[in-house]
Amino acid sequence: MAAIELRNIVKIFADPKRGRELLTLDNIDLDIDANDFVCLLGPSGCGKSTLLNIIAGFENSTSGQALVDGKIIERPGSDRGVVFQQPTLMPWLSAIDNVAFSLKLKGVAKQERQRRAMEFIDLVGLRGFEHHHPAELSGGMNQRVGIARALLMNPRVILMDEPFAALDAQTKLEMQEELVAIWQRHRCTIVFVTHSVDEALVLGNKIVVMTRRPGRIRESVTFDLPRPRDITSPEFNDAKRRVLALIRGESTRSAQVA
Amino acid sequence: MTSVIEISPAKPVARTFRASQALERFVVPVLLIAGWEAFARSGYLPPALLPAPSAVLHALGDWIFGFDETTQTYSGHWLRDAFASGLRVFGGFALASVLGILAGVAIGWSRLFEKTLEPTLQMLRPIPPVSWIPLAIIWFGIANKPAIFLVFLGAIFPVLMNTIHGVKTVDHNLVRAGAMMGATERQLLASIVFPAALPSIFSGLRIAIGSAWMLTVTAEMVAVGYVLWDSYYFLRYDLVLAAMISIGLLGYLSDLGLKAIMARVLHWQSATTVQGRVG
Repeated sequence: MAAIELRNIVKIFADPKRGRELLTLDNIDLDIDANDFVCLLGPSGCGKSTLLNIIAGFENSTSGQALVDGKIIERPGSDRGVVFQQPTLMPWLSAIDNVAFSLKLKGVAKQERQRRAMEFIDLVGLRGFEHHHPAELSGGMNQRVGIARALLMNPRVILMDEPFAALDAQTKLEMQEELVAIWQRHRCTIVFVTHSVDEALVLGNKIVVMTRRPGRIRESVTFDLPRPRDITSPEFNDAKRRVLALIRGESTRSAQVA
Repeated sequence: MTSVIEISPAKPVARTFRASQALERFVVPVLLIAGWEAFARSGYLPPALLPAPSAVLHALGDWIFGFDETTQTYSGHWLRDAFASGLRVFGGFALASVLGILAGVAIGWSRLFEKTLEPTLQMLRPIPPVSWIPLAIIWFGIANKPAIFLVFLGAIFPVLMNTIHGVKTVDHNLVRAGAMMGATERQLLASIVFPAALPSIFSGLRIAIGSAWMLTVTAEMVAVGYVLWDSYYFLRYDLVLAAMISIGLLGYLSDLGLKAIMARVLHWQSATTVQGRVG
């Protein structure tokens, strides 16, 4: 059974000001297997974030069904960790308290919270900064806190909505490498939304290419280039060319890119 | 190497600049008070109508310390009067804070409360607290209670409005993050919405403490506000001004206290960067 099943998802946004409706997602049908690293790739406004929000339980689909582990998604829950585009941390809490927030909600004792949070602070390389507040940390560091917070919940699925979009190129590369390392170690299912072909090819082992609005799935390709991936290698460029061709809607219809 | 040399002498320059800035603040008040003193002493107006700052200070001094009974029955009663006023202000303000924050969170968070509660409250808001005096006296008599009630009326609306605004402008994604981590609605309100709205709530509280002191004069039948009214009836303008200064001072002090609490609670807002925010 797939970890995430999307069955004929349609999302229509009402636009009462203009008295019309906006078809954002058109009949999305997709299975995501456990332990896959899936990148949802598409242009801005294609509905990929909306699709992620539906899986997260932040929004309901107009019709169709979204299931996680065979259960229909009704609301957000700690079985699905979300990493937002902006770090979205509680500014009044230190890094460690942000990471441990879900434990506090469950009423776990402070010492235990700190101990478990520290594991993940270490994992994302923030030891020494655990008592800093978000305002005292850089964008990249805050995004790490957000990732640690999602990982600590030990969710079945991690949903990421362009989490590195606001970072500079160098930090972005670093974070991508670390995310892959974390995924390889933790073996979780990741759904990663991005508009960058390079990012999707560096991270994913499955790339779902979406069309311009209304969002449809153009192609779902498996991508098994060995890691760490060299973005200057001929194989990488070859794959990139094919994905770009897919985006342009050309005829390259092979399901296997690499 | 030139740049290294250039940096070091810049420091004393900055320091003198700061000292002169501190002095600048006193230029206008000192000139005003000196001008006022000179004008009052010139005899252009009878001293009863415009007492000199020195006379006001004298009255205030006697009111506080009771050294020569120029303020007659009030001589040496300042502390008692200030304490009585402070108690009323604090009572009305505390009541307004608790109810204002509770109602504000409810209205800001829930459409149901917004629809049912807000119109009534917004209609009560423009009614001047002073116009409640007759009713307040009928309901609560003439002791502390009507004064506390009026202070409460003056203080609740700034708290309410700012709390509503604070709750409504909480980052939507912060609430989503809480829901994602499995928070119940009560937990969302207590652990995310309320702390996120605190900066806004505090600015409401600071406006409210000002309104609370403003209302002491209108609301008080005894203590500092009463001294002011009574002195007015007896043409003791030195005491009127001393009472005004007292209220200003007490109001300023309570705002300082509130600011100190705010700085502690909202320490995360003014947090320094990793490099520090020195210089």
